[in-house]
Amino acid sequence: MSLLDDFLVRAILAGIGLVLAAAPLGCFVVWRRMAYFGDATAHAALLGVALALAFNASIFAGVLAIALLMALTVSTLSGRGFAMDTMLGVMAHSALAFGLVAVSFVPNVRVDLNAYLFGDILAVGRSDLAVIWGGAVLVSVLLYWRWSALLTTTLNPDLAMASGLSPRREQLILSLALAMVVAVAIKVVGTLLIAAMLLIPAASARPFSRTPERMAVIATLIGVMAVLGGIQGAFTFDTPTGPTIVTVAALIFVLANLVRLIRSQLR
Amino acid sequence: MSLINIDNVTLHLGGRLVLDQVSMTVEPGEIVTIVGPNGSGKSTLMKVVIGALQPESGTVTRQKGLRIGYVPQKLHIDPTLPLTVRRFLSLPKRVSNDAAHAALADAGVGHLCMRQMTDLSGGQFQRVLLARALLSNPDLLILDEATQGLDQSGSADFYSQIETLRQDKGVAVLMVSHELHVVMSTSDRVICLNGHVCCHGAPEHVASAPEYRALFGTGTHGALALYRHDHSHDHCDHDHTYDHSHNHGHDHPQEKAKSA
Repeated sequence: MSLLDDFLVRAILAGIGLVLAAAPLGCFVVWRRMAYFGDATAHAALLGVALALAFNASIFAGVLAIALLMALTVSTLSGRGFAMDTMLGVMAHSALAFGLVAVSFVPNVRVDLNAYLFGDILAVGRSDLAVIWGGAVLVSVLLYWRWSALLTTTLNPDLAMASGLSPRREQLILSLALAMVVAVAIKVVGTLLIAAMLLIPAASARPFSRTPERMAVIATLIGVMAVLGGIQGAFTFDTPTGPTIVTVAALIFVLANLVRLIRSQLR
Repeated sequence: MSLINIDNVTLHLGGRLVLDQVSMTVEPGEIVTIVGPNGSGKSTLMKVVIGALQPESGTVTRQKGLRIGYVPQKLHIDPTLPLTVRRFLSLPKRVSNDAAHAALADAGVGHLCMRQMTDLSGGQFQRVLLARALLSNPDLLILDEATQGLDQSGSADFYSQIETLRQDKGVAVLMVSHELHVVMSTSDRVICLNGHVCCHGAPEHVASAPEYRALFGTGTHGALALYRHDHSHDHCDHDHTYDHSHNHGHDHPQEKAKSA
């Protein structure tokens, strides 16, 4: 157990736990063009933090509840023909603003806002680690179990329906998984950068993938590289860890697309 | 027994009456084509047939254990989703390599197995969709404007493939199209839809029916618009909520059988 006493080991494990759930889910976010959807859900998390502090509840539960509420609201609205990108933009940013205002109302608690906005992976404790891995395993199992159905629905809802699947149910499952990832990720990268951990590894994996499964696996590997590189970089350059992880992911994204560009030029 | 029996189905979408007391059947092994102008409810009717939409009134009866193979209108695959033809065929249920190859061969695209879906031409793509629909060994194939975006010879090839499949496997086909000349030659029966069933019967019959000509005009143009609205016709017993400028002589299949 002495290994877990090291905060660095805990940080690395927390990051990898998050990636295991976020990278495969992120593939769906990319395929279904739900980037803003992820943003809105992630930004709502801060409101969850405020409520949890006000009611003395666990941060995880508060974030999970509010993120789930947001995800369900958005996925319900998306079926009703609203102009979705505007709607999601409105919801993502107002959720963040409401959250910031709500946190300032919480009495007698000096909240370290930075920790919730950008994560505090180096402060991850054993119980946090248990929550992160618990959530990550749950999301992975959920995605593994529904993989084929989710993929078919993503391709075409009518096609799914003709195969006896319910697109609404699959959408619900994705919403649930998204809320869970947000709740897990807030400690690691914070509200503002959760969407980055969903999108960037998946988008970086695209040029190297011929099948959806392969893309999910490569996205996970790239996510792990970003976590390791980010923690290392944060130490070397004395930078905030969460943003450094995302920076490394972004660099991998640029590199991956350069490789793709060069390959297509050579062809 | 009919594979599918739609009886008096009525459906509103977004406050608009889309299907108005529509009845139709598909018998085993026959090719039925639904024609009609844009917004006439063709795709909605297909969705009712596959069960994606529930009618407000009327009944949809499917033969027990009916297997439906569905070829959608068009399928946009996001370029961010990597997908080989082989992997696509295994959605949502994993199929064996043998089954996948057989289905691709039946659809005339046996050589495309390892290609990316997004690299296929329009005609190849539709044939892969057809192969996927064939995997379940269906009793009924449903094609919703399956040749949209193909050139004329491409869609003629596609329909002759369908005809071959019907002959080889005895599969019934229900398709929606507005490429009338191509479709009509391969169909056993044609149903002309414009919210309600305007007319139906053998292709030659429908092609010469005034209702059909009023909708699609076959060189006679304005002349048919002068046809009197004949609402006193025996079988014309439903409400006309559609703004038509053509004759409503609602033939029944029995009459058609006699007259054909």
